[in-house]
Order: sequence, then structure tokens, then C-alpha cells
Amino acid sequence: MAIKDLPREECYIPGSAACPGCPATMAMRTVFKAIGKNMVMIVPACCTAVIESLHPNTSFDIPTMNIAFEAAAAGASGVEAGLRKQGKTDTTVVAWAGDGGTYDIGIQALSGALERQTNFIYICYNNEIYSNTGIQRSGATPYAAWTTTTVGGKTEFRKEMGEIIMSHHIPYAAQTCVSYPEDLYNKVKKAKSIKGSKYIEIMAPCPPGWRFGMERTVEMGTMAVETGAWALYEYENEVVTFNGKSKLILEGKIKRKPIEDWIKYQGRFRHLFIPKKDVEKIKAIENHIDQKWERYRKCYL
Amino acid sequence: MTSVMIDTGNYIAAKAAVMACPDVVAAYPITPQTTLVEGIAKYLHTGEFKGEYICVESEHSAMAACIGASATGIRTFTGTSSHGLLLMHEMLHWAALARLPVIMCNINRVVGPGWNIWADENDSISQRDTGWIQFYCSSNQEIFDTVIQAFKLGEHEQVSLPVMISYNAFILSHTSMPVFVPEQKEVDDFLPKRKAKWKLEVENPITFGNIILPNEYEKVRKEMQDAQNNAKELIPTIAKDWKKRFNRFHGGLLEYYKCDDAEYVLLSMGAIGAESKVAIDNLQKNGYKVGLARVRVIRPFPTEEIIKLSKKADLIVIDRNISVGNEGVLFNEIKGALFGMSDAKVYGFIAGLGGKDVTFGDIEIMCKKAIKGKAKDHQIWYGLEEV
Ligand SMILES: Cc1ncc(C[n+]2csc(CCOP(=O)(O)OP(=O)(O)O)c2C)c(N)n1
Ligand code: SF4
Ligand SMILES: [Mg+2]
Repeated sequence: MAIKDLPREECYIPGSAACPGCPATMAMRTVFKAIGKNMVMIVPACCTAVIESLHPNTSFDIPTMNIAFEAAAAGASGVEAGLRKQGKTDTTVVAWAGDGGTYDIGIQALSGALERQTNFIYICYNNEIYSNTGIQRSGATPYAAWTTTTVGGKTEFRKEMGEIIMSHHIPYAAQTCVSYPEDLYNKVKKAKSIKGSKYIEIMAPCPPGWRFGMERTVEMGTMAVETGAWALYEYENEVVTFNGKSKLILEGKIKRKPIEDWIKYQGRFRHLFIPKKDVEKIKAIENHIDQKWERYRKCYL
Repeated sequence: MTSVMIDTGNYIAAKAAVMACPDVVAAYPITPQTTLVEGIAKYLHTGEFKGEYICVESEHSAMAACIGASATGIRTFTGTSSHGLLLMHEMLHWAALARLPVIMCNINRVVGPGWNIWADENDSISQRDTGWIQFYCSSNQEIFDTVIQAFKLGEHEQVSLPVMISYNAFILSHTSMPVFVPEQKEVDDFLPKRKAKWKLEVENPITFGNIILPNEYEKVRKEMQDAQNNAKELIPTIAKDWKKRFNRFHGGLLEYYKCDDAEYVLLSMGAIGAESKVAIDNLQKNGYKVGLARVRVIRPFPTEEIIKLSKKADLIVIDRNISVGNEGVLFNEIKGALFGMSDAKVYGFIAGLGGKDVTFGDIEIMCKKAIKGKAKDHQIWYGLEEV
């Protein structure tokens, strides 16, 4: 599916309050195209609660309910059961949450919903921070990144949500990135066709949060993949398949780019370059990524 | 034909809930509520309960799931107690502000630490400002009848609010009593299908609960208040309709017991409310002119009826709860209701916290102290302070 062939219909309609260059809105527009109008969406506290515009207006042409920060997956479980009881089984239930609502405060409800094999798609747009509340660290924030709560740079590495999700043995999970709309579209489309719990995580570089120019969102996503900081893969029936550039990296057909190529454009890593290059920390990031890919190769090649 | 079922408060609540035909139940176990959810699971197994049962991983998720389900326009039910109710706190506000008539039983239990599973009303009393309608029951029959009436009330177009039905741990939850159970058809006639105020549906893609500015938000609160006031009118109306159909009546907002000619009226609720009837019988036998107004509903608060009572009698209040740093909540709110409206004296007692037994004998002692003017202006901790 090429971009030009994506459905023309827009459910992401004018009136959005997103920042220019917002990755969440770009991703959401594609998700809406992949699922179509026969969906119901649950949104916990996150940037999307702002993006969707002010009551009584909306920028979504999709029935949407906001729910508490930690409750997206549980709320979606209820919506799914309610619709099923009414025989509306062809409607796709989507929980759409940020990384904070997924990795941190919402992980319990998410894990519960996946364990119960709730028939829904849980989508996490991962901008690696709590953006809504002004750029605080999350469990998805990478090592050394500045946030307003990790002023000298984060001292821990982020958790591997994908692997946590896989350990629930749901029928489908995938990692994708806002910079690859076809990849995103296909993964969502596939998730829609599968019964049971589906999880999709979208790498979503956030211009104000990461401190880069709003014209660079797509580039920051591409570089996240090309440097190996992020991987594109699918998990289906217990089998993990890497795709796009990530597949080539996994198979050793291309070398991942040095992490510097990605982080040097992001103000959140500025302290690694100014006033003096912090070679040690940059090396630590590189090593961590290498270790991750070694594990990926051992497990999934 | 009505049949008689002899069972514990929890199994009776489960029976009532199932007869109300909820489409979705989401619940998480906690002592002493467990047998309620087990009861529903049993009805699911036998096919008597035809809804969806979501075995969530926490009470927070139980309420979130009920909210999600209710938002699709259908009927939902859950039950919890104590810490479970407290864990739900955020979602209790959410359900009420979203105007979703989730119906829930709460088994009144002590809040820890230390762990204690006996009766105490601080759990639900501490949720009184969430916007939920709150009932307190004093017998298993009242639990049965109130659960079904609660669906009718909460789902009423002029109300559209969640309803909590509380009853004391063990004293009711685990005590068997005979209960009259109507036929399914009779319940169905009383309780038609829910017509939702708003719902999530593909045909009408609204966005619910997005950012709202102060002017609009204030209106939302005002509408909730109006709905609570409507409930104040409807609770007695629905109870009377029930009486006409089933010949059973437990009172409206209050249940009056031997209040004619009373110079003192005792106000208590829950299991102490039931025990109070025995105390009143004994006191009246001994010439004390004291009656009982058992408080069945604290939200909406029966302000007008309490003012009316105070025109003829002084009031004695027993609280099985304490708003630490102030007073028992019933005592405090009754005084608030009377302010500038009545010169009646109000005597307050705290009793039965931590599940401490409160017998009719204890209640008689408290009433006599108040009547003999020996109770002080402030609230007395019965059994801990010199009375
Ligand atoms: C219980 C609770 N705690 C804290 C908050 C404040 N809060 C709202 S959104 C948010 C961060 C959201 O982060 P994420 O899920 O990553 O979404 P993003 O803002 O990045 O889009 C926080 C901390 C809240 N709404 N509820
Ligand atoms: S802060 Fe980031 S994620 Fe949030 S609206 Fe702005 S660009 Fe989008
Ligand atoms: Mg985020």
C-alpha cells in the first residue's frame, strides 16, 4: 500500500489543538484511515486529550470517550463488552494512549486487559515523555535524555515495553513509527482483522519535547529506526518478524547508523555535546543499543 | 408468584442484581464483598445471569470497565468494599460526572491499617462528595428491594447518576434472613430497559469528556446537583410504586418508626438503624418519648425532612463514622441542615467504629443520656468517653 493509495476519507478533522509537527496527530490520521469509521476510541489523559479540541467541539469524527490516566485498557474492556452485548461485534474498539499511560501508570490495567484477551487494539504513541504535563520523564524516556524531572539527563535506560507485551502471548503486537505511514497503516489494518488483544506502539518524535524543529518530525523517526534506537517488528502467533530497515539491521545486511546521527539534532541531548562531548555517555547509549540488538538476534533471527 | 429465599445479604444482593438483568458486571473480590461476586459468577454459570462478566485485575479497573460499558448505553453493576471502594475513588467521580448510572453495592467495612474486616461506614462516607446517590440498608429484604429500585432511580432520565447501596459487613453481608423474591416478569415490568442520556455509538460520533472551560464545567456540576434534587423527589415515589406492586416499603429518604408524639427522634443508619428499632420499643415501653428516623439516603441529603422532624423533637444522632478532625458526618450534616431553621437540640454519638458491636442496650443508654440532658454539646465517643 503506497501513501497515494490510502483511503481519502478523513476522520481526523479540522479544529485540532496539536502543536505543529505533532507526531501523534500524524499517526492518528493514518490509524483512522486504516480502521475506518466503524470504531470507538478510548483516550486517557495525554496530549490527545488536548489535541481532540475543546468541549463542545471535537477534531475527531470517531466516537471517543476520555477516561482517567491509568484506565484506558480497563475502560476499553468495558466498551468492548458493552458493544458485544449489543451484538455490535464488527466495531473496532481502540484504546489510544501515550507512553506514560502505557509504560507507567496504565500498565496494570493494560496487562489485565491483555491477560483477559480483550478484543481490542491498544495503541501507544510513544513520544518518550509525559508531554501533556510539560516534558517529564517516563519509563520510555531513553538514557541521558533531559526532561524537566531529569535535569542532568536520565540516569536509567528505558524499559522494553514490546517484550513485556509479548510475554502476554496475545495474537498480535507490533512496533512501528510515524515516519513510515504505510508500515503503520498495514499493521493497524492487520490488527483490525485479528480477534483478541492487539498492541501497536508507534515511535512518535515530539518537537517541543525533544527540542527539535517542527519540520523534522519524520526525519527524527526515520533516524530512530536507522540508528537502531527503535525497531520495526511484528509479533504474530508467537513469531517475531522484523521489517523495513530494522530487518536489514537484524540480519546484518546493513549496519545501524551511529546514535550521534540521531541525538545531535535533539536539544534533550544537548548536554552530551556542549560544552564538551560526553564520549562516555554516548558510548553507554551505543553499548545499550548493541546489547539490545544482540538479544534481538539471539531471540528472533 | 413471590418466593422466599433464605440467604445472606451478599447472595441476596447478587440475586437482585441478576434479576435487574445488567448487561455487564465488572468486579474484583474483597472481603466481605467476595460472596457477592461469587454469587454472580454462579448465576453466570447456571445461565441465570446473561450479561458479560469482566473479571478485572483491580477495583479501579472494575469501575473503569463499568464506566466504559455504561457509556455504550447499557446496564452495569458492580460491588466492592472498603479499600476496594477507596481505590475506585477517582473513577467514582468519573462515573458521576459522566452521568453514567452504574449501580454498585458497597459492603461497609473498616479502612486499614490495621487490617480489620468488620462493619464501619467510613469507607462509603468518605465518598459522599463524588456525586453518587448513597443508600444504607438495614435488612436483607431492604438490600434486595433497594438494589432493583436503584437501577430505576439511577437510570431515570431526570437523574442519570450512579447509585451506591451500602450495607454493613457481616451483620448483613454474611447473615442469612428470609427475603421475598418476586418473579422475573414482575421485576421486568417494574424496570424497563435503560434509555441512555448519551452513548458511544458509531452512528453519532461524539467526543465525550474532552477539555472543558470553567463556564461550561460549572454548568455540569449544577446539572448534577439538579439531578440529585430530582432523585430526592423520585426516591419516595419509586419506593411507593414498589410498595404498590410488592407490598413492601422500607421508607423513602428516611424510615420513620414510632415518631408520632416523640419529643426526641433518634437518627441512625445501616445495621445500627435496625438495632435502633428494638431500642425504641424498649424506651417507649419505659415511658421515654423517643422515636426513630432511620436514615436510608445520605446523598441526596434529606434536609427538608430532618428540618420538619426538628420542629417537633430534639434529635439524637449516632454515627458509625468519623470525619477525623471534625465530627461524625451525619451529626455534622444534620446540624448544618438545621442551621437557622430550627432551635432543636442535636446530640451526637460516635459508636461502633472498627466493627465494635452496638446493641440495642447501648442505643438505649445513648438515648437516655441525651434525654436526661447529660450528653454534652459536642459529640460523645460512646464507650470511650464518660457518658
Ligand atoms: C492520576 C493522574 N496522575 C497524573 C495526571 C497528570 N497527567 C496528565 S497527562 C500526563 C502525562 C501523559 O503522558 P503520556 O501518557 O506519555 O502522554 P503525552 O502527554 O506524552 O501525550 C500526566 C502525568 C493525571 N491526569 N492523572
Ligand atoms: S507536545 Fe508533542 S505529542 Fe504533544 S501535541 Fe505537541 S507535538 Fe504532539
Ligand atoms: Mg508521552
